Amino acid sequence: MDYPFLPHTEEEIGQMLESIGLKQIDDLYSDVPVLLKEELSMAPSKSEMQVREIMKELSCRNISLDDYGIFRGAGVYNHYIPSAVYQLASKRGFLTAYTPYQAEVSQGTLQMLFEYQTMICEITGMEVANSSMYDGASAMAESVLMAQRVTKKDKVLICDTVHPEYIQVTRTYTEPVNTVLELLKHDSKTGQADLQDLKAKIDDSTAAVVVQYTNFYGVIEDIKTLRENIPSHILLIVVANPISLGMLQAPGKLGADIVVGEGQCLGNNCNFGGPGFGFFASKHSYIRQMPGRIIGETLDREGKRGFVMVLQTREQHIRREKATSNICSNQAHNTLIASIYLSFLGKSGLKEVAYQCYHKAHYLAEKLMESEKFEPVFSGPFFNEFVLKSSVPVGIMNQKLLEQKYIGPLNLEKVTGRDKDCALFCATEMTKKEEIDYITSFLEAMI
Amino acid sequence: MKFIFEHSVEGKKAFRLEELDVPLSQIDFPQYLLRDVPPELPQVSELDIVRHYTQLEKLNHSVDSGFYPLGSCTMKYNPFINDETASYAGFSKIHPYEEEDSVQGALELMYNLQQSLCEITGMDAITLQPAAGAHGELTGMLIIRKYLLDKGFTNKTKVIVPDSAHGTNPASAKMAGFDIVQVKSDEHGLVDIQDLKMNMTDEVAAIMLTNPNTLGIFEKNICEIQKIAHEKNALLYYDGANLNAIMGKVRPGDMGFDVVHLNLHKTFSTPHGMGGPGSGPVGVKKHLSPYLPKPVVEMDIDGRYYFNNDMPLSIGKVRSFYGNFSVMVRAYTYILMMGKDGLRRASELAVLNANYMRVKLSKSFKISHENICKHEFVINGSALKEYGVKTLDFVKMLLDNGIHPPTVYFPLIVEEAMMIEPTETENKETLDNTIKVFEDILKVAKTDPQKLHDAPFNTPVRRLDETKATKDLKVRYSIK
Repeated sequence: MDYPFLPHTEEEIGQMLESIGLKQIDDLYSDVPVLLKEELSMAPSKSEMQVREIMKELSCRNISLDDYGIFRGAGVYNHYIPSAVYQLASKRGFLTAYTPYQAEVSQGTLQMLFEYQTMICEITGMEVANSSMYDGASAMAESVLMAQRVTKKDKVLICDTVHPEYIQVTRTYTEPVNTVLELLKHDSKTGQADLQDLKAKIDDSTAAVVVQYTNFYGVIEDIKTLRENIPSHILLIVVANPISLGMLQAPGKLGADIVVGEGQCLGNNCNFGGPGFGFFASKHSYIRQMPGRIIGETLDREGKRGFVMVLQTREQHIRREKATSNICSNQAHNTLIASIYLSFLGKSGLKEVAYQCYHKAHYLAEKLMESEKFEPVFSGPFFNEFVLKSSVPVGIMNQKLLEQKYIGPLNLEKVTGRDKDCALFCATEMTKKEEIDYITSFLEAMI
Repeated sequence: MKFIFEHSVEGKKAFRLEELDVPLSQIDFPQYLLRDVPPELPQVSELDIVRHYTQLEKLNHSVDSGFYPLGSCTMKYNPFINDETASYAGFSKIHPYEEEDSVQGALELMYNLQQSLCEITGMDAITLQPAAGAHGELTGMLIIRKYLLDKGFTNKTKVIVPDSAHGTNPASAKMAGFDIVQVKSDEHGLVDIQDLKMNMTDEVAAIMLTNPNTLGIFEKNICEIQKIAHEKNALLYYDGANLNAIMGKVRPGDMGFDVVHLNLHKTFSTPHGMGGPGSGPVGVKKHLSPYLPKPVVEMDIDGRYYFNNDMPLSIGKVRSFYGNFSVMVRAYTYILMMGKDGLRRASELAVLNANYMRVKLSKSFKISHENICKHEFVINGSALKEYGVKTLDFVKMLLDNGIHPPTVYFPLIVEEAMMIEPTETENKETLDNTIKVFEDILKVAKTDPQKLHDAPFNTPVRRLDETKATKDLKVRYSIK
């Protein structure tokens, strides 16, 4: 049998066994009990040609955004990705390298990550950023654990308008360590955090308040006012959409202590929800409590600039159970994609994308409201997503839209378990006016 | 080389959007929520970006550029076909909240991958949700914790980890709320059974093991260890970092392990991508399957695939959505290519390569243990001290020879350790050349040790000042 990835000839195998002093391959496993007596119950090996056919066929049974328009976001967004982003990121010196443990031969990775950290600091308005977490949800969970380490307190208040999956993940992470998680209500009119509820629940044991900006329902939280209602020794953790920060004030300027979020929207494909990456930024004073790898600048022995992983004594490979987190592999390659994307966007591009998202979403909302088939749910300001109550079940509406080659809004009830007949609409710079006009008139006629 | 920011020229752009085709809407939120100062992102042209990242790429050692025998990391060749299939629009451009009927191909792929991984590991059910190996460990330990609590074992607060274990093991168990008990290795590099028995109290929830262990040695007493664990109602956890030694030969499930995590980015050849994205599926035996993170992919009687969220005992979710899907696509592609015969062959040749290097190098170097190893082995570099050099100095000279150093100073129980994992995709010529380079460097150590202190010479930078990096902590570029 020929295996393209296995280079040994039978003759070489024989020579190598002889060098070891063994007769046959099975002798290499003579110390192993419970050896398998039979082959695995799986398909035999295939040629690349066959595998390509199988994979192509599987991929064709999915509805892709190449063929369908989309009005759905809810944490994963369809933005334009310049052609060079993936082509550059796919260079094999990035793709097939490991964690930069040997700094002298990993300067490409290390400088890229250092630049990435800088970009995240710039976007969030924070002083330091690590070199990534798995995703927005786990980044939020780790930020809650970090807030407990910083404050030595165990109660964390989470706005109930944070992405429901992020709250679930945070529950999973904090369950074993006696964190007291309490949800803060939102104002049923505006969709923003309910300050009365905040005042009622905040107390001496509170470590942090977590708010999503813009929140899961698309509403822009007033984090300035929120911060003013939180004593300064309690941390404010902001879960942010980085694209929105091209338009919205940086959380760092509004008093955030830790800013985390999902970075998929920065140049990464939707990938069925992964991989994207979690970004994690904080004030400098908390850097020793941060989870994950951090890259720092230094000099080599000839005085040349270079980069290394710093503060490794926070990490599991040095500190074992006393580490700030168990994270080892992160999402480095996805931060490369984001760095290239952000280099493309540049200083003005992020703003342009953000403003287009804003205006297109508002146009979409306006058109949908004109159809008189929908009612707004929240009065608070929104960025590029908003909730409408539909006069027909969202599932049926989406089925009809799918027939027109559109992936409709998120059926909120399916994700939150409440919000019956509520649809979370999304627009990005990719959403064309003619698409908006088409679906709104289609829905008007249909419903 | 310059930072991307240092190429910035005010007003330069590499991005052009379509003109806004909708009317402008009012900004209806307070002025203080409107960004006043834009982030200082680079202002460069497309070619500036292309040149910058092309130059950065050249500064990296990678599997494609040369041998990468980094122990416990399984730096095998990453087939191009993996990346091709992962890039198909039907995989890369699908939204996680699409209706199940719109993504049947993706669900079938996940289902098939679950089945394949169950078969390879001998487990009954699997979750693909964890994003990396350590994430899988945390998931596995949370499953164990919840299972034991539900069974009424409220006193099981400890987890046993051998002193040869990966650092993530104790860190993950700790995050899952356990205290760590370390057990010793014996003179053969195996878990010290006496020490294990002594520490095996009713309070122990689980034993975390890597098998073969980080010395590359198979824990041949595994059947006894599993008995010791199960007699005390503790569970046995398998760290799959070293699965590349045993595919199609022996299965963790058959050895008595209750929980297994895998590293698809290691064993299943999806690239490491500079340290991620990975994928760390967790397989469990039947009694633990209700505790898996939700959802898992299942198939109904009509052959339709769906996400099962109806899992009341589940530990919850460990990340958003379903995991690093495009890593799963790559791993599945690899599994299809290799099949049952190819996976088995891969493991056999990985072990053959490691033993070949071990035996050849044992003529000049002290190997931690002289037994037959599996996919990796560890050199004890303490003899280098005689010449006034350390393992660190030794490996820096490997860099000058285009070879990535082994994992160094790990496992912690071997002095001046160099942990070598050649993988199955390296040919005999590469191994022979590397063996010669090792021997040549040893000669330099004997005759001109200063040269090793000064190495590397030919790398993009020379040795870096790590103390300065921590002392003058600088973790971002200061713009202007």
